[in-house]
Formats: sequence, C-alpha cells, structure tokens
Amino acid sequence: MGRAKDKSGPLARRPDNSAFKQQRLPAWSPMLTANTVLPFFYLMALICMLLGVWLLLTVQSTREVKLDYTEHGACERCFQMRKNVSFAGEPCTCEVNFSIGKQFKGDVFFYYGLKNFHQNLRRYMDSRDDGQTVGRKNKLKNPSGYCEPFARDSNGVPIAPCGAVANSMFNDTFTLTYHQSSRSIPVPLLRTGLTWYTDKNIKYRNPAVDNLTLAQAFEGTVRPLYWQKAVYELDPDDPNNNGFINDDLIIWMREAAFPNFKKLYGILNRNDNVKFAKGLPSGNYTINITYNFPVQPFRGRKEVVLTTLTWFGGQNHFLPVAYLVTSSLLFLTAVVLTVVWWKFGKKGKNMQLTFQ
Amino acid sequence: DRPFNLSYLYANNAIKTSKYNVFTFLPLNLFEQFTRLANAYFLFLLLLQLIPQVSSLSWFTTAVPLILVLSMTAVKDASDDINRHRCDRQVNNRQVNVLTDGELKKEKWMNVQVGDIVKLESNHFVTADLLLLSSSEPLNLVYVETAELDGETNLKVKQALTVTGEMGDNIEALSTFRGEVRCEPPNNRLDKFKGNLTVNGQTYGLDNDKILLRGCTLRNTEWCFGLVIFGGPDTKLMQNSGKTTFKRTSIDHLMNVLVLCIFGFLGTMCFVLAIGNAIWEVKEGSVFTAFLPREAGVNAALSSFLSFWSYVIVLNTVVPISLYVSVEIIRLGNSFYIDWDRKMYYPKNDTPAQARTTTLNEELGQIKYIFSDKTGTLTQNIMTFNKCSINGKNYGKHSKNMCFMLLSLQKTQRVDFSWNQLADPNFIFHDYSLLETVKEGNPEARAFFRLLALCHTVMPEEKKEGELNYQAQSPDEGALVTAARNFGFVFRSRTPETITIMEMGRKVTCELLAVLDFNNVRKRMSVIVRSPEGKMTLYCKGADTIIYERLHPSCKKLMDVTTGHLNEYAGDGLRTLVLAYKDLEESYMDGWRQRHHEASTAMEGQEEMLNELYEEIEKDMTLLGATAVEDKLQDGVPQTIEQLAKADIKIWVLTGDKQETAENIGYSCNMLREEMKDVFIVAANTAFALEKDLELELLRTACMCQTVICCRVTPLQKAQVVQLVKKYKQAVTLAIGDGANDVSMIKAAHIGVGISGQEGMQAVLSSDFSFAQFRYLQRLLLVHGRWSYLRMCKFLRYFFYKNFTFTFVHFWYAFFCGFSAQTVYDEWFITLYNLMYTALPILRLIISQFSNSFSFLFQYPQLYSPGQLNMYFSKKAFVRCMMHSCYSSLILFFIPWAAMHDTVRDDGRDIADYQSFALLAQTCLLVVVSAQLCLDTHYWTTVNQLFVWGSLFLFHNKTLNCGLILLFFSVILGTARNSLNQPNVWLTIFLISLLCILPVVALRFVLLQIRPTINDKVRHMVGKEVLPSPAPRRPPARRISTRQSGYAFSHSQGYGNLVTSQGFLLKRPLKGRSILFTQTDSALAENKPQQYRTITEEVEESQSSHSW
Repeated sequence: MGRAKDKSGPLARRPDNSAFKQQRLPAWSPMLTANTVLPFFYLMALICMLLGVWLLLTVQSTREVKLDYTEHGACERCFQMRKNVSFAGEPCTCEVNFSIGKQFKGDVFFYYGLKNFHQNLRRYMDSRDDGQTVGRKNKLKNPSGYCEPFARDSNGVPIAPCGAVANSMFNDTFTLTYHQSSRSIPVPLLRTGLTWYTDKNIKYRNPAVDNLTLAQAFEGTVRPLYWQKAVYELDPDDPNNNGFINDDLIIWMREAAFPNFKKLYGILNRNDNVKFAKGLPSGNYTINITYNFPVQPFRGRKEVVLTTLTWFGGQNHFLPVAYLVTSSLLFLTAVVLTVVWWKFGKKGKNMQLTFQ
Repeated sequence: DRPFNLSYLYANNAIKTSKYNVFTFLPLNLFEQFTRLANAYFLFLLLLQLIPQVSSLSWFTTAVPLILVLSMTAVKDASDDINRHRCDRQVNNRQVNVLTDGELKKEKWMNVQVGDIVKLESNHFVTADLLLLSSSEPLNLVYVETAELDGETNLKVKQALTVTGEMGDNIEALSTFRGEVRCEPPNNRLDKFKGNLTVNGQTYGLDNDKILLRGCTLRNTEWCFGLVIFGGPDTKLMQNSGKTTFKRTSIDHLMNVLVLCIFGFLGTMCFVLAIGNAIWEVKEGSVFTAFLPREAGVNAALSSFLSFWSYVIVLNTVVPISLYVSVEIIRLGNSFYIDWDRKMYYPKNDTPAQARTTTLNEELGQIKYIFSDKTGTLTQNIMTFNKCSINGKNYGKHSKNMCFMLLSLQKTQRVDFSWNQLADPNFIFHDYSLLETVKEGNPEARAFFRLLALCHTVMPEEKKEGELNYQAQSPDEGALVTAARNFGFVFRSRTPETITIMEMGRKVTCELLAVLDFNNVRKRMSVIVRSPEGKMTLYCKGADTIIYERLHPSCKKLMDVTTGHLNEYAGDGLRTLVLAYKDLEESYMDGWRQRHHEASTAMEGQEEMLNELYEEIEKDMTLLGATAVEDKLQDGVPQTIEQLAKADIKIWVLTGDKQETAENIGYSCNMLREEMKDVFIVAANTAFALEKDLELELLRTACMCQTVICCRVTPLQKAQVVQLVKKYKQAVTLAIGDGANDVSMIKAAHIGVGISGQEGMQAVLSSDFSFAQFRYLQRLLLVHGRWSYLRMCKFLRYFFYKNFTFTFVHFWYAFFCGFSAQTVYDEWFITLYNLMYTALPILRLIISQFSNSFSFLFQYPQLYSPGQLNMYFSKKAFVRCMMHSCYSSLILFFIPWAAMHDTVRDDGRDIADYQSFALLAQTCLLVVVSAQLCLDTHYWTTVNQLFVWGSLFLFHNKTLNCGLILLFFSVILGTARNSLNQPNVWLTIFLISLLCILPVVALRFVLLQIRPTINDKVRHMVGKEVLPSPAPRRPPARRISTRQSGYAFSHSQGYGNLVTSQGFLLKRPLKGRSILFTQTDSALAENKPQQYRTITEEVEESQSSHSW
C-alpha cells in the first residue's frame, strides 16, 4: 500500500514478509471424514436420547391442574354478564370445584391463563410508558404519546399507569379453598415475590414518595379507564405492594410473546399452615373467582393452572419429546450415512483424482 | 498578445481532476451516494419509519447502519479527492518559462494562457498543447517521448513550420510575432490535428507534426518555443482522460439481479402479510378494540395497507444494506493480499503486483479466456545476439540443453569486451572463438560484422563521447548492431549520405549510396556503400528463403552448411537472418543509380519500378553467414502457460507480429507442440473475419482449437476479438499486455492486466491489475483469483443465508402477533445484527480463511475450474440458500415457540414473555449462524476463531454487561440474566443448534462420499499427505523440423526511405508508429491468399517454409 515507509534502497517497495500478509497463518483444516462424522452422529443420537428420557422423567414428575373457567358451571352467569359493557361495574363471583387425586409435592404455583389475548400486537406493546413506570415525575404527569388513547382521560387528566397494556390489566381475583371432610381451609397464597428481581427493583419504581403517602404521590393522575381501583390501592393487604411496583401489575406489564399465555398469580405459602407444608394434599378444592375480565368479545378463554415445578420448569412435554424424536432421526441419519459411506466412500474410489 | 486572447475566454492551463471542494463536498457526495440503489432504498426506509402509523421499528435501526455506510464512503471519497487535489496542485504549480512583455519569465503552469509563447527545455514536460514555433535542432526538429500519452517510448519527431522556425530563439522576433491560428475544437484524437496558421496574410497548414501535446516529454532537444493552443481541460491529454467505463464483475450482475428478485420477494411477503392483516383485523382486531382501539379513521383495509409498509420495514433485512459495503470490503481485502504478495514482487525493478481496480478480484477466479500480447508480455522484448554462422562455421554455443549451459556459461565463459571502449557493457556472448576469429582478421568475419554495422536503419545517439545509444526501429536490428559494435565494428553516426563506423578502432566513413529498404514482400534489406577505398559493395540481410534464391551458384556448398545451422537455430526458437554481400562495378553502379533516381522521382508506378531495380541488383550475391537472435522469453512463461492450460483456461495470443514470429513464440512457450493436431492461426486478415457474417464462423473454428494465435492484428482488432468472445461465449476474459497497442484490448476485456515492463505505463494505467512478469499471472489467477472467488461466493451464500434466516423468523412470527408487524428481535439487535455480530466475523474469516499451503494449488491447477463454471454462486445456489434459511428459520422460530410458550422458570416466574422469547430467538440465531460459519470455514485460523467467538461474546456482553445495560435500559434489561440461567433455555438452544447444523453436516458428508468435488478430493489428498510429487515436467520439446523463424525483422517498415532520401529531414519527418501500422496493413491486404489455416502435424512436417 501507499503508506510511505521509511524504507529505501533497491527493494523499497517489497511487501512485508509477515505471515498474515503472505496468508501463511497457521490453520487447521477440519474435514468431514467418516472417522469423525459417523461417531459424532451416533454420539449425538445417544446424548439426545439420554437427555430426552431424563427430561421426560423430570416432566412426568410434575403435577398440573388446568381449569378453563370461562363459562364453567357457575361462571356461565358471569360470562354472560360481562358480555354487556353496561354491567361492567357490577361485581360477579363464581366458584369452580376440582379435586386432586395425588398430592402436589413441594412448591405449588398458581397461574391464571388467557387464550387468544394478543399482548403481542405491535401497537399494544408500544402503548406504555416505561419512563412513567420507572417513577419519573415529569412522565407521571406527562405520559408519552405512545400511550394514546390511554394517556389522559376525557378531562385531560393524565392516567397512571398509562397505555393500553396497563389499561387492559387482568383483574379477576382468586381464592383457593381446600375441603377436608366438612371443613374448608383457605389455601394461603403468596401474592408477592412473583416477579423478576430486575423488574421489581430496577424497571418499576414508584414516583419519589419522600414524606408523602403513595396516594399523594399519585395525585393529579387518574386510574386507567378499565380499572376499578387506583394504582396505589391495588393490594389492600400489603402497602408495599402498591403503585407501580405491584406484582400483579409488573407481571401483566411483562407482555407475553404469544396470544395464549399464563401468568403467575400466587405461590402456595407452605409456612403458613402445616397442612400445606409439604405442598397441596390430595382432595377437593374450590376456587372463588371474582369474575371481572371480559373475554367474550374477543373469543378468549380464561383458565387457572395449579402446578408444581422442577428445575426444568413446568409441565412442558415438548422438549423431551423433541429430544427423543431428534435422537431417533439422528440415529436414522447415522445409519444412512454409515451405509452411504460403506457403499461409496470407504474404498476412497471417489476420492481418486482423475484428470483427463 | 495576452489581453486580446484572454477576451476569448479560452480555458486556461489549470487542470482540475478533483470532484469536490470544501463546500460542495457534503451535498454532492451525499447526492452521489443516494443515487446508488441500496442507499436510496434505505433512505426510503428511513422516511417510512418516520411515519408513526407505519413505523414498526425505531428510526435508528435504519439510520445507524445508513449513517455508518454513508460516512465510511464519504471518508473514502474525501481522501481520494484530497489526493486528487494534491496531484492537481502539484501539476498546476510546475514552472515553465513564458514569454511575456519581451522577456522570459517563470510562471506556474496554471497561469499559462492560450496564446502564450512558452520555452521548453530538454526533459521538460510539455505544458499544454503547443504549436511548435522553433527549436534548437537543425531544421526546427524536436524529439518528444510520448510515453505518458500512448505509452510508446521511442522518440517521435516534430517539426516546426519554416516560417516560424526562422525566428529561432530570437526573443524579440518571438515576442512581436503575430499570427492567427484557426483549428478544430478541442477533441481527444491524439493522432490528428487540423488547422492553419496565418502570418502576415499568408496561410500555412498545420498538422499533427507541428503540435506538441501535453503529457509528452521533450528529449534530445536543447530548447524549443511553442505557442499554447489548448490549455488545461482542452488539451488532448485531458480530453482523453475521460470517464473510464466502470467494469463490473459477473457476480455484480448476478447480485443486481438477485437484489431485484429479493425486492420482488419482499413485496410478495409483505403482500401476503398485509392480506393476513386484513383478515385478522376483520375477524379478531375488530373485537379486540376494547383493549386496543383503532386509531382514528383506520379501518381494516387501511390497517392492512399500513401493515404492508410496516412489514417492508421489518423485513428490510432481506435486502441487506451491509451487503454492498461488505462486498466492497472483502474485495479491498483481497486486493491488499494481491498488493502484499511477495511472490508477485519483482525485485529486479522493484515492482510489486498491484490491484489497481479493487472491485474485480473475484472475477480472477472465473477466467475462461486469456488474450495475451506477445511482445513484452510473453517475451521480454529484448533481442540478444545469440549465435552466428560465418562462412560455414558455427559460433555461439551448441545448445542441447540451453538453460543448463547458459547457467554454467554465465559464470565461466562470458566474453570479455573490455578491450573495446565503445562496447556495450550489457552485451553477453559466450564464445571466445568468434572474437578470436575477428581479431585474427578473418576477412569473412570482418565482412560479416561490417555488414551488420552498415546495413540497418538504426539511429545513433551519442550524448557523451563513447556513450552510444541506438534508436532502433526493431529490437532485432538493435541487437545486431550492438553485436557488431561489441565485436569491434562500432556504428558511430550517420548522415543522409554517409555512415561512420569504427572498424577495430579505426574510423571509417562509408558513403551511403542507396538503401534498399525492407518491406513485407521483399523481406530483405540492402545498402549500397562506397568504402573510403572507393570499393562499392552491396550488403544485404534478409529471410533465408529470399536470400538463398538470390545467391551466386558458387555458394552452393556454403549454403548447405549454413542451412544446417539455420535449422539448428530455428529449432532452438531463434530468429534467423541470412547475410550476403556483393561487390559492385563502378560502371554498372552509375547506370543503376541513374535509373534509380529516375524511378524514385517517377510519378507513376514508382514502386514497381523501384522493386524491379532492387531485384536486378540484389542477385548473385555471396553468402556471408547467418545470425540468430533470441527473442528472449520471460522467465517461466512456458510453465505458466502449461499450468493455465491445465486449469482449462484458453490462451489466445494476439500479436501485431508476423505469423512466423508468432508461431515461433508459440512453440517456444509451449503453446504449440509438435503433437498438437488443431492449431489455429489467424493472420492479419482477421479484419475480414471480424465482419459480421464471418464472426461466428471464426469463433466456432477458433474455439475448437486448443491454441489460437492471431497475428498481424491491429490494436483495434485485438479489442474486437476480445469483444467477440465476450459477446458470444459469455465467458470471462482476461487481456494481458504491456504496450500502448494493448490498451484497447485491456479495456475491452473483463479484466485487463498490465505488465509494467519496458513499453511505458500506458497499459498499466488502463489495466485493472499490474505486475512485472507474465509468470505472476498464474499466481494471480490460480491463487488469488481462486481464493477471491471462493471467498466472495462463500460470503454471498452465507450472507444471504444469515439475512434470510433472520428475516423469515419475523415472517413466521407474524402469524402469532396478528400480522401487526411486531418484530421478534430486540430493536438494537436488529440494528447491530448485520453491522457487528455477523459482519465482523465474516469479514475477518473470509479474509483470512484460506491460510494454507499454496503448493497444491499449483500442483492441481484443475482446482481453478469450478470458478469458470460458476459453481459456487449462481441463481441455483441462491435458491438453495433460501431453502436452507427457510428451514433454519422454521427451526429457529417454532422450536423456541413450542418449548417456551407454555413454560415458566424453575422458580415459577415468567419466561414466555416477549422479551425473553426475543432473547432466546436471537441467541439461537447467533449460535446457529456462527456454527454455520464455522462449518463453512475450511481453514480455521486463530484469527477467525477469535472473531467468531468475539462476536458471540460481544453479544452476551451487550446483554449482560452493566455498562451496556444503560443503553438498553428500558428494553431488555434483566432479560438475559433472568432467562439465560435457565437450563431449559440452554437445552432449547442446544436442540436448535443440532437441528440446524447436523442436517447440513449429513448432507455434505453424503455428497462428499457420493459426489466429491475436485476441492474435496484435493483436500483429501492433502489431508492424507499422499500428494504425489508432481509429474516431471516434460522438457520443452525441441523442434527439429522447420524454420518458420526465417525472417526476423519485426513488424514495421524501416526508416529506409528516410535515411536516404535527400530531403528526408525536410519533407517527410518520421511517421508515428500508428501510421506505419496502416501501411503494413494495406501492404498485407494486397496479398490475402488464405484467411486462416489449420496446421496439422503432417502439414507441419512437410511445410519447410511457408511464408507470406
């Protein structure tokens, strides 16, 4: 290159003799030989099979109950009621009964699930103000334009939290009751500690409270249109679980990637009652539902899920099965490759260089 | 005078090759950049993204890469332009003497005006296009070198009009000189000028001989005065340096087509998704309005329309902005490798190889036809006096094994010419006996060298006493005269009537009575001289066949012996000449001269009459001997040609030389072999063949043959032949040459290669690649070409693969997100995906991936052939690429979907949320894409591995590292640490990698077993290190048969008529070579017996000598 080097003399323009410039870097040239490929395929097939079996066993060990309560039994009434917007303010509760044949050992997680609810629509996902939920004062009163049309109410008062996501927050509530002989024991659920650490502590903050109460901090804002309670009253039991750092809100605001999703509602509190120290005993249960969230308009379904977990997560059979299938496919491929190699490649006849 | 001329607003002499100045740079450069399709497209995208209803991605996703690309290009353009500015300034500030107000003043070039009179001195560059007024040399001659203009280094003569020449260097006369020049407007024809000069009411015609063109250099002339006619941009030099046509590689064309296809494809995808959106909006969206009200005035149809454009934005990565940039960078890298290559560096004249065009190097791997010049390209254009036969005695070494002998001889037996002060120190001869013979005073030997010293048209140039320089019309003559000089017969000087030689230290001036000049029909040249003793002799040299017919019968015996020698010489590929002489009677000579004078002044039939006269006198001559001149091949030419032939590259030699010479070279460089059946030699009359109807016929015949040699072709025809092949064969062509006459061919071919040799820089300047020796071509093609091509193809395949995979995932996701143009990946990931994560490793990797031993490339030139067949990247490969990425994207989307949509973290918290899914999807994508890259890399070096892992690391750094987290604060914070510590996420990644990579491995393995490519085979062999040693090279077959080499004069007619004609310096100054060309051509057109012929072996054997 034209860089003026201080070289002079007869060979001034001779290129440097570095390994890089002369393309002589040491290199390793891996080649697909039968010695490497075939064992590799067999090995992979084996690994996949082992993984698959192991995962399957793991998944099988989890227990899960799923209940679609959209129009289930008593909820039919509420379902019909929520069809009509004019009854939106009227409370409606219903009960769903189920029984567990075998004990749910260990931690039990309580989820609510929604189907056909598109939290992943582009405009829906954008309709939020992260600046507001992180507690910025100016954003609290001046929600970002992305929140439209849920940025301000009809009087122009800013909404907190603003946006379509927050506005559509799931607002059914559940209580779980265990029936032992004739006695009904409420099942204690932990309603906090359900979120990611980073969400609870970094991404969601209440506006600076100083000496004020939370309600005062939120003064000058209104609750989202569809909400029945203000954001600082979401959890009547735990004052520290209110405002933007409310677990239910945070969980809802973490939008699901797909239209069918489930979100954590609570975790069985095993320390509260000896009965549940080891998990959920077998028997009959009732879930009391405050049926608020309308799903009928968009043909959605609602469900509750009770499940135990392993290191692998919930009861998802896909990965174990996929591993098993992959394993068998790999094995088949390996056999085919072996045959091909045996028939064609082994003698290396094809590898002969024949030049005319 | 100046003010008057200034009133006409002629262009002044300042030149400007730069494009921008400080103020215009930004707007002009930006405008230029946006005229490129890719940039315009991305500007359009950027504008789309600024519409909030459409914008599915933040504006920075497009803006960041666009700005990067634009600024990189702008920086490059700016630095180029600064260089041009610097060049301009340097040229514009050169000093020249200008005659103003009656005295000479130094002026800068740029201040020279049309109408100024400038004084040039020896070795000065000509300032502008000048009308020559007067000069220091007699007869107002000046000598100029036009190397910068047309690459020819021989001196040209220009002559001023007598009327102006009379002024000499009389400053007063010059400054009061008034004249009016009328001429044609500025144009770019170097060899034509029309105009007239009016002085004192008298009009004189002006032609090209009176014009000094800018770019020439004044030589051997003390000073001259010139009147500026055209300045600066109007000069012929600048008019010529017009726009060079931009060469594009076939991959470029393919890429353009593909990009158009991709546009179509993008449109289709977006259309499908828009339809989907319409359906969804009607069925689902309309009932979801409670949660997500529609924007005012938007209904399903409008929404679908908007979503079309939104998807144009989301899926824009199928038309990758970085593609063009990356391609350019890769090419640049490959060019650097060429520049850096030590094995293409020629230490003798300190010339490294140079990739002058950086955009063509992958085409080097696809060459199918090479068009080569002969002189200076295959040969060194150095003639060496090698052997001679004097009076039946053979001097010079008998070479059974020439190379070997030469090597050993060089050390031992180089003849010492130090006794001769005038000897040329560069002359090498290896036979002492000859010198001894001469010194002994052997009359034949003396006559032999006297002939060589007298019978020629060489012009001597003696700047200092004893420092002789010969300006020879053909290098053959130069070699012969130089030989004579070293053996003590030094040609010192000539006038029209005399020739002065130093005969063994004794000064002898011979009277030159006549020169019987060479032409193509005569194939001989004679001079008639009168020695100081008064003896008149005719000396003649010429082609053996011609001379033999005209010898005295008494020489019969000598003829037989000499014939034997001639055959031997011809067999060695030497160019031979036979020398003869004849003593003349005074009385006869008087009569002959009388008739000669009559004939040469005759108005009609002058040529025939002269010919007759010549025939009459050139007979009954006495044979003196024969010379053999070696047209030295460049080193390694035969081997290179053999290698290239093995690589299935067809080599056509296009030369202006005679057929015999061309054939001879063909033999000596291994292109023609005795055993070859189909050899095709096209002679000058290609002109006929190049006419429409015969074109195809010519091509068809030519392509059936292994070797094609076209001789007697003009520069234009060279280009036509190249065009012909380009047009009908759809093959990639390469033209290689060194002289100005190759420029047209170099420009016409896909790739032009210039040899930076003796013939000036013209060819190099118009070439795309240049180096010093023909043999480097093999490395350029077989190593650099192949690698560049492979790199480019791999890069393209991989690039399309990675971008399609990336984009298709969005497509699949559309079916889950209500066709709302939601992206799968995080916006910053999208922004940086092409720029950083994959472009970096790919660049590094592609650039240094073949770092392995070169030797097997030369052992198996066949490795080159896949490139010629477009095997590595074509439309088919592209479709395969698309299918592959389609498969990969299916895996990459649906496996994470299935694995994640219904699961949670091990502590029950969310993992199926959008951000986690995005993270998982993009991690998988990166892993798969990097793994694919490793798989595609045949040669793993530490550097490229570093880059692959580096980019993966960078990705994780981005998502994990605290410093960067701030940047991604609101978006993806905490996602990585919350999902990447989950075993099921890693199990998913592992499964996806297996499913994406293993099928490819399996397929490749099967193909390797069943249908291994030549690459695989060689790699297999190399891997096993069972490479057989290369077959012993067949020693170049020595030709026993014929002497086509018969006559060795090179192409053009000599200066003969000039040398003798009394008024030669007055009436007919020397003509440029181009004119001589047309002369020879017409001479040839007169005898056009065969158009082309096929020489078969049998013919070869029997044809002792067919000549033209």
